[in-house]
Amino acid sequence: MSLTYEDVIAKYEPVLGLEVHVELNTNSKMFCGCSTVFGGEPNTQTCPVCLGMPGALPVVNEKAIESSILIGLALNCSITPFSRFSRKNYFYPDMPKNFQISQYDEPICVNGYLDVEIDTDDGVKKFRVEIERVHMEEDTGKSLHVGGATGRIHGADYSLLDYNRAGIPLVEIVTKIVPGTGRYAPEVAKAYVAQLRDILRSLGVSDVRMEQGSLRCDANVSLRLIGAEKLGTRSETKNVNSLRSVERAVRGEMIRHAELLNKGERVVQETRHFQEDTGLTRSGRSKEQAEDYRYFPEPDLVPVAPDAAWIEKLRASLPEHPSVRRNRLQEQWGVPDKEMAAMLNADALEIVEATVLLGADPTRARGWWLGEISRIANEKNVAIADLAISPKDVAEIVALVATGDLTDKLARQVVEGVINAEGSPQEVINSRGLKVVSDETALMAAIERAIAAQPETAEKIRNGHIPAAGALIGAVMKETKGQADAARVRELLLGHLGQPTN
Amino acid sequence: MSSLSRSDVANLARLARIDMSDEELDHLATEMDVILGAVARVQEVATPEIAPTSHPIPIHNVTRPDVVVASLSPQAALSGAPAQEDARFRVPQILGEEA
Repeated sequence: MSLTYEDVIAKYEPVLGLEVHVELNTNSKMFCGCSTVFGGEPNTQTCPVCLGMPGALPVVNEKAIESSILIGLALNCSITPFSRFSRKNYFYPDMPKNFQISQYDEPICVNGYLDVEIDTDDGVKKFRVEIERVHMEEDTGKSLHVGGATGRIHGADYSLLDYNRAGIPLVEIVTKIVPGTGRYAPEVAKAYVAQLRDILRSLGVSDVRMEQGSLRCDANVSLRLIGAEKLGTRSETKNVNSLRSVERAVRGEMIRHAELLNKGERVVQETRHFQEDTGLTRSGRSKEQAEDYRYFPEPDLVPVAPDAAWIEKLRASLPEHPSVRRNRLQEQWGVPDKEMAAMLNADALEIVEATVLLGADPTRARGWWLGEISRIANEKNVAIADLAISPKDVAEIVALVATGDLTDKLARQVVEGVINAEGSPQEVINSRGLKVVSDETALMAAIERAIAAQPETAEKIRNGHIPAAGALIGAVMKETKGQADAARVRELLLGHLGQPTN
Repeated sequence: MSSLSRSDVANLARLARIDMSDEELDHLATEMDVILGAVARVQEVATPEIAPTSHPIPIHNVTRPDVVVASLSPQAALSGAPAQEDARFRVPQILGEEA
């Protein structure tokens, strides 16, 4: 019998560890001048340095160092006064040199933290995720496995390598272990990655496109009995390519570990691969045998020793921190804590802000994105940002409701139409014939018919029993297929029956 | 003083993908141990005041501006490859690890 999540957290405490790889958005690679543009023809962005030709010498990209320092500063890290590159040796064709230039025992930034806020049963709660290190390295090439049925390595006859990506600056951000999140571990993991992404975006150092792989998360999860000191065996889940997946992967691994432990079996220390379709993980490489990368200092590169003046110049250029910005927007828009947390959890802040900047009322904009649009996104199992509706569309819809050209009910149909790729809001309105019936003669005729059909109700209203009006308004709205403005119908109806209309 | 056993050498050979016979291992274990012994003499003069160095010249922060320069043509990049296909480097089956 499979365990429920409640069973798991009643008995075990999850411990997280998150490693995030970020591709920097420099124009040129980490150690050579090849372009970093995404999607080029295979092997058109390579040179002797990134192909690992004998005698070719790497030189560090200054902007990559600055971006790394900015990331460290934004994550409250210490910038180390002296840091070096190392060679990480391994045999795998994704790096033509047979080693990756990385940083080992002397990373550029250490000891930071990032606070994330989660909406818990006891209100909004802050969790501190401590950062162990931020280090610089280079990305690997892309392999294409040929001959297997699934495009996977198993069963492939041979592989084809494109080294355009090899050598693109990569920054790895590693957390310390994160205990104490309890039942909120999946949410904390997701919120951490989301907030990290927002910080990286605000710094302008990366495109942070998870689906394109410019932001990648590996989630380490282990369980221990509640109250136990000793950490359990962890698994490392790779291939987690969306925020939702981070949450699903952590939750899924917690349940999988607990099932093994409850059966008296042990968790194997291994790499696992997240499967987007099932939300489960598949066993990858076993890490039982400690990797031996034989790190040693990279003799072709000299140390990086940023002086205080350089660091302070970069610190002065830091943009508004996303947490400060969140507080500012929350205040400007007058959003209650609980709803702010919901908006962050739905990853809707950016999109709501974009809608507001296009002139929409903040409360209305938030209402659409978190209400109807989120509902449709959930139904389709995608993120709101992936739907074919833009902040511009929503701002337009909000404006049409404000002017009375659309009722809320009609607006919902417009939203649905836009998401179904029927065109812009105006096109959906035209093609579906969604127009508020504002022809008062037509409305009055419908009201007359409703009164004729329900004479007793009309009589009650005439006698001052206003709540009875609902039944008649409903009949009119039904007859006009929801295309009338209910408030106007109420006014006309009450006026017609000799009652005050306020 | 550090010393290198025969199994250390065998492990290094495995990591470096070098196939070695038993005789070669015996021979190298002795020889490398002598080399390590010689290097160890340097450690005798190293004091805590002397920072370990990875570079003979005390320079740092040698960088280049973030400017794109022309890459090789794919033909040139692939010209030394033992095998190629569809403008990509073709490599033999990769075993034992999921990419």
